[in-house]
Amino acid sequence: MSTAELAATGPQVGTERPMSTGAAVAGVVRAETAKLIRRPATWLLLAITLVLSLLFTYLVPYAGYAGDTGGFRADLGLAALLPDRLVGNSIGGLPVFLGAIMVILGVLTVGGEYGWGTWKTLLTQGPSRLAVYTGKLLTLAVATLATVLAVYAVGAVTSAVIAAAENQAIHWPGLGDLFTGIGAGWLVAGVWAAFGGLLAIALRGVALPVGLGLVWLLAVQNLLAVVAAPLIGWVADLQQGLPGPNAGSLVAALGANSETPGVQQVVSGGQAAAVLAGYLVGFVLLGGVYLRRRDIL
Amino acid sequence: MDVLDEDELVRTVGLTKRYGGRTVVDAVELSVRAGEVYGFLGPNGAGKTTTLRMLLGLVRPTAGTVRLLGRTPGSRDPLAGVGAMIEGPAFYPYLSGRENLKVLARYAHVPLARVDAVLETVDLTDRAGDRYAGYSLGMKQRLGVAGALLKQPRLLILDEPTNGLDPAGMADMRALIRQLGDDGCTVLLSSHLLGEVQQLCDRVGVIADGRLVAEDTVTQLLGTPGLRVRAEPLELAADRARSLLGADRVRVTDDGLDLTVDPERAAWLNAELVGAGVAVSELRRHERDLEQVFFELTRGEQAKGEQAKGGHKRELSRGELADVNR
Repeated sequence: MSTAELAATGPQVGTERPMSTGAAVAGVVRAETAKLIRRPATWLLLAITLVLSLLFTYLVPYAGYAGDTGGFRADLGLAALLPDRLVGNSIGGLPVFLGAIMVILGVLTVGGEYGWGTWKTLLTQGPSRLAVYTGKLLTLAVATLATVLAVYAVGAVTSAVIAAAENQAIHWPGLGDLFTGIGAGWLVAGVWAAFGGLLAIALRGVALPVGLGLVWLLAVQNLLAVVAAPLIGWVADLQQGLPGPNAGSLVAALGANSETPGVQQVVSGGQAAAVLAGYLVGFVLLGGVYLRRRDIL
Repeated sequence: MDVLDEDELVRTVGLTKRYGGRTVVDAVELSVRAGEVYGFLGPNGAGKTTTLRMLLGLVRPTAGTVRLLGRTPGSRDPLAGVGAMIEGPAFYPYLSGRENLKVLARYAHVPLARVDAVLETVDLTDRAGDRYAGYSLGMKQRLGVAGALLKQPRLLILDEPTNGLDPAGMADMRALIRQLGDDGCTVLLSSHLLGEVQQLCDRVGVIADGRLVAEDTVTQLLGTPGLRVRAEPLELAADRARSLLGADRVRVTDDGLDLTVDPERAAWLNAELVGAGVAVSELRRHERDLEQVFFELTRGEQAKGEQAKGGHKRELSRGELADVNR
């Protein structure tokens, strides 16, 4: 080890200016963004999101339509694949399948620090736990928005290609509908990502939170909706307050196809958005309280 | 009383941590002064790392207070001017060493140019572009120290920084720590390696079973050197020595006598013993080393603990004894 540069590393009292909270959060966002961009898992999740969306929203139904073989969404015909259905098509997967990917993204962003033992490394650099948590959530918010936009972009290109191939006129949704759809998609994606972050903090890890998050989204939520709700009254009522059915209601209200798993109009779009916003705030606050109160071991 | 000396960079008062009914750190009163290399010594499981985690706000104390550079954990930016590596390095395996340090630099709000400077300091420049996952344990340890140096800290807290290093790496790390101390950086060095602490530190705090059992300069802890005597008959030698020096300055051991007396008086003592009919076969200067002091302190503390807890407190394991003797 060289000590030649020690003069440059020696003590400097001038570097001890207390960091403002805003500056601390900004630094965390820059660092977390760099981490997220360089993490291979991030790109893998994005790729899976886009492939799933492309495959099950456009390619499989189009193959059914073109081959006249029937099957998933074949009855909807070409109209369901054209650009004017972009909003509903882009957010239809978020209540369940794309939501599951958002849960994984949330768990990885927050829970990775437990898995690698890096909380202590980050927190000894100076920012408070809440500054770090806020920075992580902001980064996660940007990542979820980017994912939703990417799904829209892929959908726009694919629907335009289909329309061109089928000699159909291209009619895009109005800007208002488009922005509402993007906002709704972002809200649903944000709720699931925050849910993942909360699970990671509560369970201090990655594997168990991912497992439990997926079990909730892919199994429990569906069992409640499909098996329990038709049989038991209070479970049917409960559906109106759970995040999954509200996500399904919100995207259904914006044109998502009701044949897509998890898409069902249980409550109105406005009520669903309010309930989801409540969940988002709740998950975020609960995660913050847990992170602030518990020891970093 | 929580009175902070201007010179004190670390001050704990009654620092305690309990997990359920188990007390891991028990009313520790730690004081680290500006400019010193302070050794925090104790066997594995004694409470060193928990104490350091409480200093850094990672673990909340059950009772007691902490002040670092005059600031409490609740104050704004309590870790400004403090660099730390706790319980081994922890970084992101998919990032290179340089990228990892850039992440920390952004967290710490220091210029990214600092990254190359600290990489140079820990001699990792050549491998800075490699992924952390491929680093050897020694390289990971050096990257951890580099991360702790990013903020140009006034107080550097290092927890077992030589763990996993080969002998050359250990020597380099110790040279770096000593150099940092010489340059005015205050270092709080936690270690279970007695030789390392004796070699590097100005003052030492010894922790055993969660209690700080001693805190003093190395010189004071080692005490005054004395004389060791081998003689026949031993009882006669002991009686004569007691009459010359006082009973409290004579200790009979398996091999002979340990005398608390200025080693310069060896010739006089020899003449007195021979004059009393004692055959002296060996008379030599005897200094306690830190290992001996450490065992006296920690065994004493363990005995107290056993009495207090009805004999349930555990002995140092064979592995731990081997560790502290390394």
